[in-house]
Amino acid sequence: MPASPRRDVEMNAVEDLLCLENIEVVYDEVILVLRGLSMEVPKGEITALLGANGAGKSTLLKAVSGLLPVENGEVTRGSILYQGANITRRQPSDIVASGIFQVMEGRRIIQDMTVVENLRLGAFSKPRSNVTENIDRVFEYFPVLRERTGLAGYLSGGEQQMLAIGRALMAEPKLILMDEPSMGLSPVLVQEVFSIIERLNKELGVTILLVEQNANIALSIANRGYVMEQGKIVLDGTAQELKENEDVKAFYLGGGERTGFKNLKSFKRRKRWL
Amino acid sequence: MELFIQLMINGLIVGSLYGVVAMCFVLVYKSTQVVNFAQGEFLLVGAWTCLSLLTYFELPFWLGFLVTLAFMTVFGILLQAIVLRPLIGESVISVVMVTVGLAIFFQAALNMIFGSFAKPFPQVFSQETLEIFGLHIETAYLMSIVPSIIIMIAFYIFFKRSRWGLAMRATAYDQQVAQSLGISVKNVFAMAWAISAVVSGVAGIVLGMVNTVSNSLAFIGIKVFPAAIVGGLDSIVGAVIGGLIIGVLENMAEFVDGQFLHFGNLYAIAPFYVLIIFLMVKPYGLFGTKDIERL
Repeated sequence: MPASPRRDVEMNAVEDLLCLENIEVVYDEVILVLRGLSMEVPKGEITALLGANGAGKSTLLKAVSGLLPVENGEVTRGSILYQGANITRRQPSDIVASGIFQVMEGRRIIQDMTVVENLRLGAFSKPRSNVTENIDRVFEYFPVLRERTGLAGYLSGGEQQMLAIGRALMAEPKLILMDEPSMGLSPVLVQEVFSIIERLNKELGVTILLVEQNANIALSIANRGYVMEQGKIVLDGTAQELKENEDVKAFYLGGGERTGFKNLKSFKRRKRWL
Repeated sequence: MELFIQLMINGLIVGSLYGVVAMCFVLVYKSTQVVNFAQGEFLLVGAWTCLSLLTYFELPFWLGFLVTLAFMTVFGILLQAIVLRPLIGESVISVVMVTVGLAIFFQAALNMIFGSFAKPFPQVFSQETLEIFGLHIETAYLMSIVPSIIIMIAFYIFFKRSRWGLAMRATAYDQQVAQSLGISVKNVFAMAWAISAVVSGVAGIVLGMVNTVSNSLAFIGIKVFPAAIVGGLDSIVGAVIGGLIIGVLENMAEFVDGQFLHFGNLYAIAPFYVLIIFLMVKPYGLFGTKDIERL
Protein backbone atom coordinates (compact mmCIF):
# COMPACT_ATOMS: atom_id res chain seq x y z
CA MET A 1 0.00 0.00 0.00
CA PRO A 2 1.91 3.06 -1.13
CA ALA A 3 1.27 6.03 1.08
CA SER A 4 2.58 9.54 0.81
CA PRO A 5 5.90 10.26 2.53
CA ARG A 6 4.26 12.61 5.02
CA ARG A 7 1.91 9.91 6.22
CA ASP A 8 4.79 7.48 6.60
CA VAL A 9 6.48 9.92 8.93
CA GLU A 10 3.32 10.47 10.92
CA MET A 11 2.73 6.70 11.03
CA ASN A 12 -0.94 7.39 10.62
CA ALA A 13 -3.10 4.39 11.42
CA VAL A 14 -5.75 5.30 8.84
CA GLU A 15 -4.94 3.84 5.45
CA ASP A 16 -5.63 5.72 2.25
CA LEU A 17 -8.39 4.37 0.06
CA LEU A 18 -7.51 6.65 -2.80
CA CYS A 19 -4.18 8.22 -3.50
CA LEU A 20 -3.40 10.64 -6.33
CA GLU A 21 0.23 11.10 -7.19
CA ASN A 22 1.38 14.00 -9.30
CA ILE A 23 -1.64 13.94 -11.60
CA GLU A 24 -1.59 15.99 -14.77
CA VAL A 25 -4.72 16.33 -16.92
CA VAL A 26 -4.86 17.84 -20.38
CA TYR A 27 -8.02 18.68 -22.32
CA ASP A 28 -8.04 18.73 -26.13
CA GLU A 29 -4.32 17.95 -26.04
CA VAL A 30 -3.46 21.57 -25.18
CA ILE A 31 -5.33 22.82 -22.13
CA LEU A 32 -3.49 21.88 -18.96
CA VAL A 33 -6.06 21.69 -16.17
CA LEU A 34 -4.48 19.70 -13.36
CA ARG A 35 -0.83 20.53 -12.89
CA GLY A 36 0.88 17.88 -10.83
CA LEU A 37 -1.70 17.33 -8.15
CA SER A 38 -1.30 14.95 -5.24
CA MET A 39 -3.78 14.08 -2.53
CA GLU A 40 -4.98 11.22 -0.36
CA VAL A 41 -8.45 10.17 0.65
CA PRO A 42 -8.30 8.23 3.94
CA LYS A 43 -10.57 5.22 4.24
CA GLY A 44 -13.83 5.70 6.09
CA GLU A 45 -13.57 9.48 6.25
CA ILE A 46 -15.17 12.44 4.51
CA THR A 47 -12.60 14.48 2.63
CA ALA A 48 -13.64 17.89 1.39
CA LEU A 49 -12.14 19.45 -1.71
CA LEU A 50 -12.60 23.20 -1.86
CA GLY A 51 -11.76 25.67 -4.55
CA ALA A 52 -13.08 28.41 -6.77
CA ASN A 53 -14.85 27.84 -10.08
CA GLY A 54 -12.47 26.55 -12.71
CA ALA A 55 -9.90 25.32 -10.21
CA GLY A 56 -10.23 21.82 -11.65
CA LYS A 57 -12.22 20.09 -8.91
CA SER A 58 -14.69 18.37 -11.22
CA THR A 59 -11.86 17.44 -13.56
CA LEU A 60 -10.11 15.74 -10.68
CA LEU A 61 -13.20 13.66 -9.91
CA LYS A 62 -13.62 12.71 -13.55
CA ALA A 63 -9.96 11.72 -13.74
CA VAL A 64 -10.58 9.29 -10.89
CA SER A 65 -13.82 7.89 -12.30
CA GLY A 66 -12.46 7.60 -15.83
CA LEU A 67 -14.97 9.95 -17.41
CA LEU A 68 -12.42 12.29 -18.99
CA PRO A 69 -12.23 10.70 -22.47
CA VAL A 70 -15.90 11.61 -23.07
CA GLU A 71 -14.88 15.26 -22.81
CA ASN A 72 -11.69 14.75 -24.78
CA GLY A 73 -9.56 14.96 -21.66
CA GLU A 74 -6.70 12.71 -20.68
CA VAL A 75 -4.51 11.94 -17.68
CA THR A 76 -1.08 12.57 -19.16
CA ARG A 77 1.10 12.06 -16.13
CA GLY A 78 0.99 10.66 -12.61
CA SER A 79 -0.96 7.78 -11.17
CA ILE A 80 -4.21 7.20 -9.35
CA LEU A 81 -4.01 4.43 -6.79
CA TYR A 82 -7.16 2.85 -5.38
CA GLN A 83 -6.69 0.25 -2.66
CA GLY A 84 -3.08 0.11 -3.76
CA ALA A 85 -3.88 -0.72 -7.38
CA ASN A 86 -3.21 1.65 -10.23
CA ILE A 87 -6.51 2.62 -11.83
CA THR A 88 -5.24 5.44 -14.04
CA ARG A 89 -6.91 5.43 -17.48
CA ARG A 90 -9.04 2.38 -16.70
CA GLN A 91 -12.46 2.02 -18.32
CA PRO A 92 -15.21 3.71 -16.27
CA SER A 93 -17.14 0.42 -16.15
CA ASP A 94 -14.15 -1.28 -14.43
CA ILE A 95 -13.75 1.61 -12.03
CA VAL A 96 -17.42 1.58 -11.02
CA ALA A 97 -17.30 -2.18 -10.61
CA SER A 98 -14.29 -1.82 -8.29
CA GLY A 99 -16.36 0.37 -5.95
CA ILE A 100 -15.86 4.01 -6.95
CA PHE A 101 -19.07 5.82 -7.84
CA GLN A 102 -19.36 9.42 -8.93
CA VAL A 103 -22.44 11.50 -8.20
CA MET A 104 -22.07 14.01 -10.98
CA GLU A 105 -22.57 17.73 -10.79
CA GLY A 106 -26.12 18.83 -11.50
CA ARG A 107 -27.74 15.53 -10.46
CA ARG A 108 -27.84 14.06 -13.97
CA ILE A 109 -30.62 11.59 -13.20
CA ILE A 110 -32.38 9.98 -16.16
CA GLN A 111 -35.38 12.25 -16.48
CA ASP A 112 -37.57 10.03 -18.62
CA MET A 113 -37.35 7.09 -16.26
CA THR A 114 -39.14 6.50 -12.98
CA VAL A 115 -37.46 6.73 -9.59
CA VAL A 116 -37.26 2.94 -9.27
CA GLU A 117 -35.82 2.56 -12.79
CA ASN A 118 -33.16 5.13 -11.95
CA LEU A 119 -32.30 3.24 -8.80
CA ARG A 120 -32.15 -0.08 -10.64
CA LEU A 121 -29.75 1.50 -13.11
CA GLY A 122 -27.53 2.45 -10.18
CA ALA A 123 -27.16 -1.25 -9.46
CA PHE A 124 -26.03 -1.96 -13.03
CA SER A 125 -22.44 -2.62 -11.99
CA LYS A 126 -23.56 -5.08 -9.30
CA PRO A 127 -25.69 -7.65 -11.13
CA ARG A 128 -25.58 -10.03 -8.18
CA SER A 129 -26.64 -7.50 -5.55
CA ASN A 130 -30.04 -7.69 -3.92
CA VAL A 131 -31.75 -4.89 -5.78
CA THR A 132 -35.06 -4.83 -3.90
CA GLU A 133 -33.30 -4.80 -0.54
CA ASN A 134 -31.03 -1.98 -1.64
CA ILE A 135 -33.97 0.03 -2.98
CA ASP A 136 -35.61 -0.32 0.42
CA ARG A 137 -32.44 0.93 2.08
CA VAL A 138 -32.37 3.97 -0.20
CA PHE A 139 -36.00 4.68 0.70
CA GLU A 140 -35.07 4.52 4.39
CA TYR A 141 -32.56 7.30 3.87
CA PHE A 142 -34.83 9.25 1.52
CA PRO A 143 -38.42 8.47 2.53
CA VAL A 144 -39.78 11.15 0.20
CA LEU A 145 -38.67 9.15 -2.86
CA ARG A 146 -40.93 6.25 -1.92
CA GLU A 147 -44.00 8.35 -2.69
CA ARG A 148 -42.74 9.54 -6.07
CA THR A 149 -44.04 7.15 -8.68
CA GLY A 150 -43.92 9.40 -11.76
CA LEU A 151 -41.00 10.25 -14.00
CA ALA A 152 -37.85 11.42 -12.26
CA GLY A 153 -37.83 14.57 -14.42
CA TYR A 154 -40.79 15.88 -12.45
CA LEU A 155 -39.05 15.64 -9.08
CA SER A 156 -37.99 18.83 -7.33
CA GLY A 157 -34.31 19.77 -7.34
CA GLY A 158 -33.79 18.45 -3.83
CA GLU A 159 -35.52 15.19 -4.59
CA GLN A 160 -33.44 14.79 -7.73
CA GLN A 161 -30.27 15.25 -5.68
CA MET A 162 -31.52 12.63 -3.21
CA LEU A 163 -32.25 10.29 -6.10
CA ALA A 164 -28.75 10.86 -7.48
CA ILE A 165 -27.24 9.95 -4.11
CA GLY A 166 -29.62 7.01 -3.75
CA ARG A 167 -28.57 5.79 -7.17
CA ALA A 168 -24.98 5.81 -5.95
CA LEU A 169 -25.92 3.71 -2.92
CA MET A 170 -27.40 1.07 -5.21
CA ALA A 171 -23.91 0.32 -6.51
CA GLU A 172 -22.75 -0.52 -2.97
CA PRO A 173 -19.69 1.69 -3.41
CA LYS A 174 -16.66 1.92 -1.14
CA LEU A 175 -15.90 5.45 -2.29
CA ILE A 176 -18.42 8.06 -3.44
CA LEU A 177 -17.14 11.06 -5.37
CA MET A 178 -19.67 13.79 -4.78
CA ASP A 179 -19.65 16.81 -7.02
CA GLU A 180 -21.41 19.81 -5.51
CA PRO A 181 -24.43 18.20 -3.89
CA SER A 182 -25.59 21.63 -2.69
CA MET A 183 -25.94 23.06 -6.20
CA GLY A 184 -29.23 24.87 -6.69
CA LEU A 185 -30.74 23.78 -3.37
CA SER A 186 -32.35 25.93 -0.69
CA PRO A 187 -30.36 26.31 2.59
CA VAL A 188 -32.76 23.98 4.44
CA LEU A 189 -32.39 21.29 1.78
CA VAL A 190 -28.62 21.72 1.78
CA GLN A 191 -28.63 21.01 5.51
CA GLU A 192 -30.78 17.95 4.99
CA VAL A 193 -28.70 16.55 2.15
CA PHE A 194 -25.46 17.06 4.05
CA SER A 195 -26.76 15.45 7.22
CA ILE A 196 -27.70 12.44 5.11
CA ILE A 197 -24.23 12.38 3.55
CA GLU A 198 -22.78 12.39 7.06
CA ARG A 199 -25.08 9.53 8.06
CA LEU A 200 -24.06 7.49 5.01
CA ASN A 201 -20.45 7.89 6.03
CA LYS A 202 -21.09 6.97 9.69
CA GLU A 203 -23.64 4.21 9.23
CA LEU A 204 -22.50 2.52 6.05
CA GLY A 205 -18.80 3.30 6.34
CA VAL A 206 -18.66 4.76 2.83
CA THR A 207 -15.63 6.92 2.17
CA ILE A 208 -16.62 10.22 0.61
CA LEU A 209 -14.67 12.71 -1.44
CA LEU A 210 -16.77 15.84 -1.42
CA VAL A 211 -16.30 18.67 -3.86
CA GLU A 212 -18.08 21.80 -2.68
CA GLN A 213 -18.40 25.50 -3.23
CA ASN A 214 -20.15 25.87 0.10
CA ALA A 215 -17.02 25.55 2.23
CA ASN A 216 -18.79 26.17 5.53
CA ILE A 217 -21.07 23.19 5.35
CA ALA A 218 -18.49 20.97 3.66
CA LEU A 219 -15.97 21.52 6.47
CA SER A 220 -18.68 21.00 9.08
CA ILE A 221 -19.09 17.35 8.12
CA ALA A 222 -15.61 16.62 6.72
CA ASN A 223 -12.68 15.10 8.59
CA ARG A 224 -10.03 16.53 6.29
CA GLY A 225 -9.94 19.13 3.60
CA TYR A 226 -7.91 20.21 0.60
CA VAL A 227 -7.93 23.60 -1.05
CA MET A 228 -7.36 23.69 -4.77
CA GLU A 229 -6.36 26.58 -6.96
CA GLN A 230 -5.52 26.55 -10.65
CA GLY A 231 -5.01 22.84 -10.88
CA LYS A 232 -2.93 22.36 -7.75
CA ILE A 233 -3.46 21.64 -4.09
CA VAL A 234 -2.40 24.75 -2.22
CA LEU A 235 -3.43 23.88 1.30
CA ASP A 236 -4.50 20.80 3.20
CA GLY A 237 -5.24 19.85 6.77
CA THR A 238 -7.92 18.62 9.10
CA ALA A 239 -11.30 20.29 8.78
CA GLN A 240 -10.63 22.11 12.05
CA GLU A 241 -7.29 23.47 10.84
CA LEU A 242 -8.85 24.72 7.62
CA LYS A 243 -11.75 26.37 9.40
CA GLU A 244 -9.27 28.32 11.53
CA ASN A 245 -6.93 29.20 8.68
CA GLU A 246 -7.08 32.95 8.01
CA ASP A 247 -6.84 32.64 4.23
CA VAL A 248 -9.56 30.01 4.03
CA LYS A 249 -11.73 32.22 6.21
CA ALA A 250 -11.18 35.16 3.90
CA PHE A 251 -11.61 33.33 0.60
CA TYR A 252 -14.10 30.58 1.26
CA LEU A 253 -15.88 31.05 4.55
CA GLY A 254 -16.75 34.71 4.12
CA GLY A 255 -15.40 35.62 7.55
CA GLY A 256 -12.68 38.00 6.40
CA GLU A 257 -12.55 41.65 7.21
CA ARG A 258 -14.79 43.78 5.02
CA THR A 259 -12.91 46.26 2.89
CA GLY A 260 -13.67 48.41 -0.11
CA PHE A 261 -13.81 46.84 -3.54
CA LYS A 262 -10.52 48.40 -4.59
CA ASN A 263 -8.73 47.06 -1.53
CA LEU A 264 -10.36 43.70 -1.94
CA LYS A 265 -8.98 43.30 -5.44
CA SER A 266 -5.41 44.12 -4.56
CA PHE A 267 -5.72 42.07 -1.40
CA LYS A 268 -6.80 39.09 -3.41
CA ARG A 269 -3.97 39.45 -5.83
CA ARG A 270 -1.39 39.83 -3.10
CA LYS A 271 -2.68 36.94 -1.07
CA ARG A 272 -3.00 34.44 -3.88
CA TRP A 273 -1.17 31.25 -3.19
CA LEU A 274 0.04 30.87 -6.73
CA MET B 1 -66.59 -2.73 -49.33
CA GLU B 2 -65.16 -6.17 -49.01
CA LEU B 3 -62.05 -5.07 -50.86
CA PHE B 4 -61.76 -2.12 -48.53
CA ILE B 5 -61.73 -4.28 -45.41
CA GLN B 6 -59.42 -6.75 -47.07
CA LEU B 7 -56.94 -4.01 -47.86
CA MET B 8 -57.33 -2.61 -44.37
CA ILE B 9 -56.33 -5.93 -42.87
CA ASN B 10 -53.46 -6.25 -45.33
CA GLY B 11 -52.37 -2.80 -44.28
CA LEU B 12 -52.36 -3.70 -40.59
CA ILE B 13 -50.38 -6.87 -41.24
CA VAL B 14 -47.80 -5.24 -43.48
CA GLY B 15 -47.81 -2.23 -41.16
CA SER B 16 -46.89 -4.38 -38.19
CA LEU B 17 -43.84 -5.55 -40.11
CA TYR B 18 -42.96 -1.97 -41.01
CA GLY B 19 -43.39 -1.19 -37.33
CA VAL B 20 -40.96 -3.91 -36.31
CA VAL B 21 -38.30 -2.75 -38.76
CA ALA B 22 -38.93 0.89 -37.79
CA MET B 23 -38.36 -0.12 -34.16
CA CYS B 24 -34.90 -1.39 -35.11
CA PHE B 25 -34.22 1.81 -36.98
CA VAL B 26 -35.26 3.90 -33.98
CA LEU B 27 -33.34 1.67 -31.58
CA VAL B 28 -30.09 2.23 -33.45
CA TYR B 29 -30.80 5.93 -33.88
CA LYS B 30 -31.66 6.41 -30.22
CA SER B 31 -28.77 4.57 -28.69
CA THR B 32 -26.00 5.31 -31.17
CA GLN B 33 -27.22 8.46 -32.99
CA VAL B 34 -26.68 6.76 -36.33
CA VAL B 35 -29.34 7.03 -39.04
CA ASN B 36 -29.05 3.61 -40.62
CA PHE B 37 -29.85 3.78 -44.31
CA ALA B 38 -28.82 0.15 -44.67
CA GLN B 39 -31.76 -1.06 -42.55
CA GLY B 40 -33.52 -2.59 -45.55
CA GLU B 41 -30.37 -4.49 -46.51
CA PHE B 42 -30.38 -6.12 -43.08
CA LEU B 43 -33.68 -7.71 -44.07
CA LEU B 44 -32.12 -8.86 -47.27
CA VAL B 45 -29.10 -10.38 -45.58
CA GLY B 46 -31.35 -12.22 -43.13
CA ALA B 47 -33.70 -13.49 -45.80
CA TRP B 48 -30.96 -14.66 -48.18
CA THR B 49 -29.02 -16.33 -45.38
CA CYS B 50 -32.04 -18.26 -44.21
CA LEU B 51 -33.08 -19.15 -47.74
CA SER B 52 -29.66 -20.48 -48.68
CA LEU B 53 -29.45 -22.47 -45.45
CA LEU B 54 -32.79 -24.07 -46.28
CA THR B 55 -32.12 -24.73 -49.96
CA TYR B 56 -28.35 -25.32 -50.36
CA PHE B 57 -27.68 -26.92 -47.00
CA GLU B 58 -31.20 -28.33 -46.72
CA LEU B 59 -31.51 -27.65 -43.03
CA PRO B 60 -34.92 -28.04 -41.43
CA PHE B 61 -36.69 -24.71 -41.06
CA TRP B 62 -36.29 -24.29 -37.30
CA LEU B 63 -32.56 -25.00 -37.45
CA GLY B 64 -32.02 -22.72 -40.43
CA PHE B 65 -33.98 -20.02 -38.62
CA LEU B 66 -31.89 -20.32 -35.45
CA VAL B 67 -28.62 -20.35 -37.40
CA THR B 68 -29.78 -17.22 -39.21
CA LEU B 69 -30.47 -15.52 -35.89
CA ALA B 70 -27.01 -16.41 -34.66
CA PHE B 71 -25.47 -15.24 -37.91
CA MET B 72 -27.33 -11.92 -37.78
CA THR B 73 -26.16 -11.34 -34.20
CA VAL B 74 -22.56 -11.79 -35.24
CA PHE B 75 -23.19 -9.75 -38.38
CA GLY B 76 -24.56 -6.81 -36.36
CA ILE B 77 -21.76 -6.86 -33.81
CA LEU B 78 -19.02 -7.12 -36.44
CA LEU B 79 -20.56 -4.36 -38.52
CA GLN B 80 -20.62 -2.10 -35.50
CA ALA B 81 -17.13 -3.01 -34.34
CA ILE B 82 -15.40 -2.84 -37.73
CA VAL B 83 -17.26 -0.17 -39.67
CA LEU B 84 -19.07 2.08 -37.22
CA ARG B 85 -16.97 2.14 -34.07
CA PRO B 86 -14.08 4.01 -35.73
CA LEU B 87 -16.63 6.64 -36.80
CA ILE B 88 -17.72 7.53 -33.26
CA GLY B 89 -17.27 11.26 -32.89
CA GLU B 90 -17.27 11.93 -36.63
CA SER B 91 -19.90 14.26 -38.08
CA VAL B 92 -23.42 12.99 -38.71
CA ILE B 93 -23.11 13.38 -42.46
CA SER B 94 -20.06 11.15 -42.75
CA VAL B 95 -21.73 8.42 -40.71
CA VAL B 96 -24.86 8.71 -42.87
CA MET B 97 -22.74 8.45 -46.01
CA VAL B 98 -21.14 5.30 -44.63
CA THR B 99 -24.53 3.67 -44.05
CA VAL B 100 -25.64 4.65 -47.55
CA GLY B 101 -22.42 3.09 -48.81
CA LEU B 102 -23.12 -0.05 -46.81
CA ALA B 103 -26.57 -0.26 -48.37
CA ILE B 104 -25.12 -0.09 -51.87
CA PHE B 105 -22.38 -2.54 -50.96
CA PHE B 106 -24.77 -5.15 -49.58
CA GLN B 107 -27.16 -4.72 -52.50
CA ALA B 108 -24.36 -5.33 -54.96
CA ALA B 109 -22.75 -8.16 -53.03
CA LEU B 110 -26.03 -10.03 -52.57
CA ASN B 111 -26.89 -9.46 -56.20
CA MET B 112 -23.56 -11.00 -57.15
CA ILE B 113 -24.01 -14.02 -54.93
CA PHE B 114 -27.70 -14.78 -55.36
CA GLY B 115 -28.54 -13.14 -58.66
CA SER B 116 -31.26 -10.65 -59.33
CA PHE B 117 -34.17 -13.09 -59.71
CA ALA B 118 -36.71 -13.55 -56.98
CA LYS B 119 -36.58 -16.94 -55.29
CA PRO B 120 -39.41 -18.41 -53.28
CA PHE B 121 -38.98 -19.89 -49.84
CA PRO B 122 -39.57 -23.64 -49.60
CA GLN B 123 -43.07 -24.36 -48.38
CA VAL B 124 -42.87 -24.26 -44.59
CA PHE B 125 -46.39 -23.46 -43.59
CA SER B 126 -49.34 -24.62 -45.63
CA GLN B 127 -50.41 -22.06 -48.19
CA GLU B 128 -54.15 -21.82 -47.92
CA THR B 129 -56.69 -19.10 -47.61
CA LEU B 130 -58.85 -18.79 -44.59
CA GLU B 131 -62.33 -17.41 -44.65
CA ILE B 132 -63.07 -15.12 -41.78
CA PHE B 133 -66.40 -13.27 -41.94
CA GLY B 134 -66.45 -13.77 -45.66
CA LEU B 135 -62.95 -12.35 -46.13
CA HIS B 136 -60.19 -14.30 -47.78
CA ILE B 137 -56.99 -14.08 -45.82
CA GLU B 138 -53.91 -16.08 -46.63
CA THR B 139 -52.69 -17.99 -43.60
CA ALA B 140 -49.13 -17.00 -44.42
CA TYR B 141 -50.18 -13.40 -44.09
CA LEU B 142 -51.88 -14.08 -40.82
CA MET B 143 -48.83 -15.98 -39.60
CA SER B 144 -46.63 -13.04 -40.38
CA ILE B 145 -48.29 -10.93 -37.73
CA VAL B 146 -47.34 -13.40 -35.00
CA PRO B 147 -43.58 -12.75 -35.03
CA SER B 148 -44.27 -9.00 -35.16
CA ILE B 149 -46.34 -9.15 -32.02
CA ILE B 150 -43.86 -11.41 -30.25
CA ILE B 151 -41.03 -9.03 -31.14
CA MET B 152 -42.97 -6.00 -29.93
CA ILE B 153 -43.77 -7.62 -26.59
CA ALA B 154 -40.15 -8.74 -26.26
CA PHE B 155 -38.98 -5.18 -26.91
CA TYR B 156 -41.34 -3.85 -24.27
CA ILE B 157 -40.22 -6.31 -21.62
CA PHE B 158 -36.57 -5.85 -22.54
CA PHE B 159 -36.64 -2.07 -22.15
CA LYS B 160 -38.89 -2.04 -19.09
CA ARG B 161 -37.49 -4.90 -17.08
CA SER B 162 -34.04 -6.05 -18.09
CA ARG B 163 -30.81 -4.62 -16.80
CA TRP B 164 -29.36 -4.16 -20.28
CA GLY B 165 -32.57 -2.63 -21.57
CA LEU B 166 -32.39 0.04 -18.89
CA ALA B 167 -28.72 0.51 -19.70
CA MET B 168 -29.58 1.12 -23.35
CA ARG B 169 -32.18 3.69 -22.41
CA ALA B 170 -29.68 5.40 -20.12
CA THR B 171 -27.10 5.47 -22.91
CA ALA B 172 -29.66 6.97 -25.26
CA TYR B 173 -30.41 9.63 -22.67
CA ASP B 174 -26.84 10.66 -21.87
CA GLN B 175 -23.68 8.73 -22.64
CA GLN B 176 -21.57 10.32 -19.93
CA VAL B 177 -24.16 9.54 -17.26
CA ALA B 178 -24.37 5.97 -18.54
CA GLN B 179 -20.61 5.63 -18.20
CA SER B 180 -20.69 7.07 -14.70
CA LEU B 181 -23.13 4.30 -13.78
CA GLY B 182 -20.65 1.69 -14.93
CA ILE B 183 -22.31 0.94 -18.25
CA SER B 184 -19.94 0.09 -21.08
CA VAL B 185 -21.14 2.26 -23.95
CA LYS B 186 -19.24 0.12 -26.44
CA ASN B 187 -21.21 -2.95 -25.41
CA VAL B 188 -24.48 -1.04 -25.60
CA PHE B 189 -23.66 0.09 -29.16
CA ALA B 190 -22.78 -3.43 -30.23
CA MET B 191 -25.95 -4.74 -28.63
CA ALA B 192 -28.13 -2.15 -30.39
CA TRP B 193 -26.73 -3.15 -33.78
CA ALA B 194 -27.02 -6.83 -32.99
CA ILE B 195 -30.67 -6.51 -31.96
CA SER B 196 -31.39 -4.39 -35.00
CA ALA B 197 -29.78 -6.94 -37.32
CA VAL B 198 -31.49 -9.94 -35.73
CA VAL B 199 -34.96 -8.43 -35.68
CA SER B 200 -34.60 -7.08 -39.22
CA GLY B 201 -33.42 -10.52 -40.27
CA VAL B 202 -36.57 -12.08 -38.83
CA ALA B 203 -38.69 -9.50 -40.64
CA GLY B 204 -36.81 -10.33 -43.83
CA ILE B 205 -37.51 -14.03 -43.43
CA VAL B 206 -41.19 -13.40 -42.76
CA LEU B 207 -41.52 -11.14 -45.79
CA GLY B 208 -39.58 -13.60 -47.90
CA MET B 209 -41.95 -16.39 -46.90
CA VAL B 210 -45.04 -14.35 -47.62
CA ASN B 211 -43.77 -13.05 -50.96
CA THR B 212 -40.45 -14.15 -52.38
CA VAL B 213 -36.86 -13.21 -51.64
CA SER B 214 -35.36 -10.70 -54.01
CA ASN B 215 -33.31 -7.55 -53.71
CA SER B 216 -36.46 -5.45 -53.92
CA LEU B 217 -37.10 -6.57 -50.34
CA ALA B 218 -34.64 -3.88 -49.29
CA PHE B 219 -37.17 -1.31 -50.41
CA ILE B 220 -38.84 -1.76 -47.06
CA GLY B 221 -35.85 0.06 -45.59
CA ILE B 222 -37.01 3.17 -47.41
CA LYS B 223 -40.63 2.68 -46.35
CA VAL B 224 -39.55 2.42 -42.76
CA PHE B 225 -38.22 5.93 -42.92
CA PRO B 226 -41.64 7.63 -43.12
CA ALA B 227 -42.89 5.18 -40.48
CA ALA B 228 -40.17 6.19 -38.02
CA ILE B 229 -40.61 9.89 -38.71
CA VAL B 230 -44.39 9.81 -38.39
CA GLY B 231 -43.98 8.08 -35.05
CA GLY B 232 -41.24 10.40 -33.89
CA LEU B 233 -37.65 9.40 -34.59
CA ASP B 234 -36.79 8.58 -31.00
CA SER B 235 -39.87 6.72 -29.85
CA ILE B 236 -40.11 2.94 -30.01
CA VAL B 237 -43.87 2.99 -29.49
CA GLY B 238 -44.09 5.69 -32.12
CA ALA B 239 -42.25 3.46 -34.57
CA VAL B 240 -44.85 0.71 -34.19
CA ILE B 241 -47.75 3.09 -34.61
CA GLY B 242 -46.00 4.87 -37.47
CA GLY B 243 -45.49 1.51 -39.14
CA LEU B 244 -49.17 0.61 -38.81
CA ILE B 245 -50.18 4.04 -40.14
CA ILE B 246 -47.93 3.72 -43.17
CA GLY B 247 -49.05 0.14 -43.84
CA VAL B 248 -52.74 1.01 -43.69
CA LEU B 249 -52.23 4.21 -45.64
CA GLU B 250 -50.41 2.42 -48.41
CA ASN B 251 -53.28 -0.01 -48.83
CA MET B 252 -55.88 2.73 -48.60
CA ALA B 253 -54.02 4.59 -51.33
CA GLU B 254 -54.15 1.46 -53.42
CA PHE B 255 -57.87 1.21 -52.80
CA VAL B 256 -58.57 4.81 -53.73
CA ASP B 257 -56.25 4.58 -56.70
CA GLY B 258 -57.73 1.34 -57.98
CA GLN B 259 -61.37 2.37 -57.51
CA PHE B 260 -61.38 6.02 -58.51
CA LEU B 261 -58.17 7.65 -59.61
CA HIS B 262 -56.37 5.05 -61.74
CA PHE B 263 -52.93 6.70 -61.40
CA GLY B 264 -51.43 3.27 -61.01
CA ASN B 265 -48.71 4.01 -58.51
CA LEU B 266 -50.23 6.02 -55.71
CA TYR B 267 -49.60 3.03 -53.48
CA ALA B 268 -45.83 3.48 -53.59
CA ILE B 269 -45.64 7.22 -53.14
CA ALA B 270 -48.41 7.88 -50.64
CA PRO B 271 -46.19 7.24 -47.59
CA PHE B 272 -43.81 9.92 -48.76
CA TYR B 273 -46.54 12.51 -49.18
CA VAL B 274 -47.52 11.78 -45.61
CA LEU B 275 -43.90 12.08 -44.60
CA ILE B 276 -43.65 15.54 -46.13
CA ILE B 277 -46.91 16.70 -44.57
CA PHE B 278 -45.88 15.34 -41.20
CA LEU B 279 -42.53 17.08 -41.32
CA MET B 280 -44.35 20.34 -42.01
CA VAL B 281 -47.04 19.99 -39.37
CA LYS B 282 -45.47 17.93 -36.64
CA PRO B 283 -41.72 17.77 -37.15
CA TYR B 284 -41.14 15.70 -34.00
CA GLY B 285 -43.69 13.11 -35.08
CA LEU B 286 -46.49 11.73 -32.96
CA PHE B 287 -44.40 10.53 -30.04
CA GLY B 288 -41.09 12.35 -30.46
CA THR B 289 -39.69 13.46 -27.12
CA LYS B 290 -40.06 16.89 -25.80
CA ASP B 291 -37.73 17.43 -22.87
CA ILE B 292 -39.36 17.56 -19.47
CA GLU B 293 -39.54 21.13 -18.22
CA ARG B 294 -39.93 21.62 -14.51
CA LEU B 295 -41.89 24.72 -13.63
